[in-house]
Amino acid sequence: MVNGAPVAAEVEDRTLLVHFVRETAGLTATNVGCDTTSCGACTVLLDGESVKSCTVLAAQADGRQVTTVEGLAGPGGELHPMQRAFRAEHGLQCGFCTPGMVMASVSLLQENPHPTEAEVRAGLEGNLCRCTGYHNIVRAVLAAAELEVTGSAGPAEERAS
Amino acid sequence: MSILGTRVVRTEDPRLLTAGGTYTDDLRLPELARALRVTFVRSPVAHAEITGIDAKTALDSPGVVAVLTAADADDLPPAAGRPTTEPLLAADRVRYVGEPVAIVLTEDSYQGEDAAELVSVDYQPLAAVVGVDAALADESLLFPAAGSNVLRSGGDPAPDGAFAGCDVVVQRTFPNQRVAPVPLEVRAAAATWADGRLTLWASTQNAQQARDQVAGALGLDAAAVRVITPDVGGGFGAKIATDRDTIVVAWAARRLGRPLRWVETRNENLLGMVHGRAQRHTITIGGSRDGRILAYHLDIIQDSGAYPRGGTFLPGLTQLMASGVYDLAYCGAAFRSVLTTTTPIGAYRGAGRPEATAAIERAVDLFAAEIGMDPAEVRRRNVVAPEAFPYTTASGAVYDTGDYAAALDAVLAGAGYAGLRAEQARRRALSRQGQGGPAQLGIGLASYVEITAGDYSDGETSRVVVDATGAATVYTGSSPHGQGHQTAFAMLVTDQLGIPMDRITVIHGDTDQVPHGVGTYGSRSLQLGGTAVHQAAIQVKDQAREVAAGMIEASAADLELDTASGTWQVRGDPETALSWAAVAAQAGPDGLSAEVDFRAASPTFPFGAHLAVVEVDTQTGKATLIRHVTVDDAGKVLNPVLAEGQRHGGIAQGAAQALLEEVRYDAEGNPLTSTLADYAAITATELPSFELLAMETPTSVNALGVKGIGEAGTIGATPAVLNAVIDAVAHLGVRHIDMPATPQRIWAAINEAKGSV
Repeated sequence: MVNGAPVAAEVEDRTLLVHFVRETAGLTATNVGCDTTSCGACTVLLDGESVKSCTVLAAQADGRQVTTVEGLAGPGGELHPMQRAFRAEHGLQCGFCTPGMVMASVSLLQENPHPTEAEVRAGLEGNLCRCTGYHNIVRAVLAAAELEVTGSAGPAEERAS
Repeated sequence: MSILGTRVVRTEDPRLLTAGGTYTDDLRLPELARALRVTFVRSPVAHAEITGIDAKTALDSPGVVAVLTAADADDLPPAAGRPTTEPLLAADRVRYVGEPVAIVLTEDSYQGEDAAELVSVDYQPLAAVVGVDAALADESLLFPAAGSNVLRSGGDPAPDGAFAGCDVVVQRTFPNQRVAPVPLEVRAAAATWADGRLTLWASTQNAQQARDQVAGALGLDAAAVRVITPDVGGGFGAKIATDRDTIVVAWAARRLGRPLRWVETRNENLLGMVHGRAQRHTITIGGSRDGRILAYHLDIIQDSGAYPRGGTFLPGLTQLMASGVYDLAYCGAAFRSVLTTTTPIGAYRGAGRPEATAAIERAVDLFAAEIGMDPAEVRRRNVVAPEAFPYTTASGAVYDTGDYAAALDAVLAGAGYAGLRAEQARRRALSRQGQGGPAQLGIGLASYVEITAGDYSDGETSRVVVDATGAATVYTGSSPHGQGHQTAFAMLVTDQLGIPMDRITVIHGDTDQVPHGVGTYGSRSLQLGGTAVHQAAIQVKDQAREVAAGMIEASAADLELDTASGTWQVRGDPETALSWAAVAAQAGPDGLSAEVDFRAASPTFPFGAHLAVVEVDTQTGKATLIRHVTVDDAGKVLNPVLAEGQRHGGIAQGAAQALLEEVRYDAEGNPLTSTLADYAAITATELPSFELLAMETPTSVNALGVKGIGEAGTIGATPAVLNAVIDAVAHLGVRHIDMPATPQRIWAAINEAKGSV
């Protein structure tokens, strides 16, 4: 399941989840920024937990729930609190790291709903941004925590049972 | 009240936050449905003759449609006659690891990676040329026909007696190390041909320059090439125009008669995209013991990498800005630009100016340490006085407006300089008594001035159209890749026309829609592109006034535009109100339209001051940036949200150069930092939140009063952070540490100083 919809395809053993999401599911928001699991641009949620989808085989996601940034907004298109916070705090510039950064941030607040600034920085260490200097990303995550992100029901909070 | 100067959140963001941007590799267009994937075969050796290429095995690999090499490029115009000309695909010699040698065209990208490894290239190794000393030795030549590895030189050594009147003269040589731009989106392109015309999608900072470059390389008229710039995931100078890899994709698509697409890996990006900086500096600074700097000379050796790209112009910019913010009796600079068997050097955020600032700001601290004076006081005594503007430097730059002492005083006050020095003294005193922790405090300063829109005379284009629905469209030659043009340029239009932001569309990066344009680099977009939009909006307003006057049968002079409601009316008479839609419809089928090619009369010179506070663990050598306080005065601010964002990103990249980032090679020219696991791109944990102070000194160079802000943060941050690291251990006898100031280097410097005491 990708963003709540079933996606079925035969894939090569070596197909990476990020390529499955981009090429087979046709969801191109999730980006590839490196080849060493360093940059986090490909971060998605797998059964609700953030993973770098360049380092997960598509086959490993068989029968599991994948959530990308396309699946984060509500059914009426209303922005998830994390998306709202990124916009309000100017937490993105070129936008390339953004889908992964938002998903990592959602996951971060699920694990720690009221992080300190240092905890936000540590939690996002695996996600590179070259534009913002992280300043406004950190502010956005702290602002989203204030919005009590974890209290709002959304696809990100759904966990496969 | 004008919208200009107010905090407007970006209109770009909802799309980027929900669907994601459409970057080049995200394109899912019908024209590209049958596209083959391009995979480059790149040189694994730094310097070698190519004695043979065998693609037979690769051609038999699954999914392989073709393998192309330089031998297939017989349909291209002859390359320029210079001996140092860069080929598209290496023919007889490779000059750096990562140089393109061949391409493999496959049905999918996994097949391409497999097959590229099967292309067998015979290399006859030649001696690598790594570092500027090896280049200057001229023992192994990259281009034997050129006779030397020295690509270009200029300037003069300090004349006899230049330092004669100085009580103190300090000389020092240090690197401004090679760094990698690392835009999060790597290079990518897609190409298709129809009826002899190329459509090329490319991740570039300027579609029009890319078009001209590609057309030139393929021997085509510019009209036969359409370049489209989808969303671009960062550029930082490294995506100005395009480069050989993208041109190869365009050529191969014609050769095969198939659409092609290419996206490089990060490993390829770190080898094949230009690197930045890569200069060695020798500074000589002299002055009196009461803190007056009298003379300064900067000698620059630019490592250009394997081909003449940025190496041809970057050291000239460094030379131009050598004297920084200081009023000096003598300032001179000289440079040599040399070829080495490494990745070519190009523009990277600041492009020649950060190097100038890093050199003189380090020199000023060395001078201050030599005479035992507070570095803030030395700066205050030597900066150009506010009444001296416009100020002409020894190199001929004319600084338009500034108040350098005010910027310095603002960061000192904002940071609480006296308190920081007191805390530093307290920790040092405890340390002398064998108490306290190992963390010593360092305070580093940098005062800077830089040049933006250096190519001011090339200007920028804009066309503003208001259509019969009352909506406005802005066509701009400027080309955003994260800066927020859609928001900023719409603000300029709504400010003049009163058309709401959500009814204004900004179009860029398509050479069919915007045939003439220059692009986004060198902090030029707002002052050139923005001024062009501003002027075009005013012209549209003037046209509308005449049309509306005819409709109401009133004198144009009696009409007013109510920018709150976006309606035209006779002054004080709302009953005569006409909407933009009505006026544009009356104007004709094309609505109202004005086109401007704005050429500025001169560049602008933003300035500022940065104060960095670091803690250095004197046992491990680890430096941690704990505060960073800045003034970055770029004239009037259009949108503080965007301007602050530019400063934040710049500060991070500047601090990264001071502390972490360095592209390294071994003696044979093998890259040691060719993945993001090895190259230390700065992360969130290595930075604090930044403390930005506001200061606006308008320029008179353009009607908006604006200068450029894109690179300022980078320029100020690098020397401030490095000076802070050195300041933290100055009491131990350390005068200098080379960048990047890694724990190992800091630890070694502390121990070396101990040994020398």
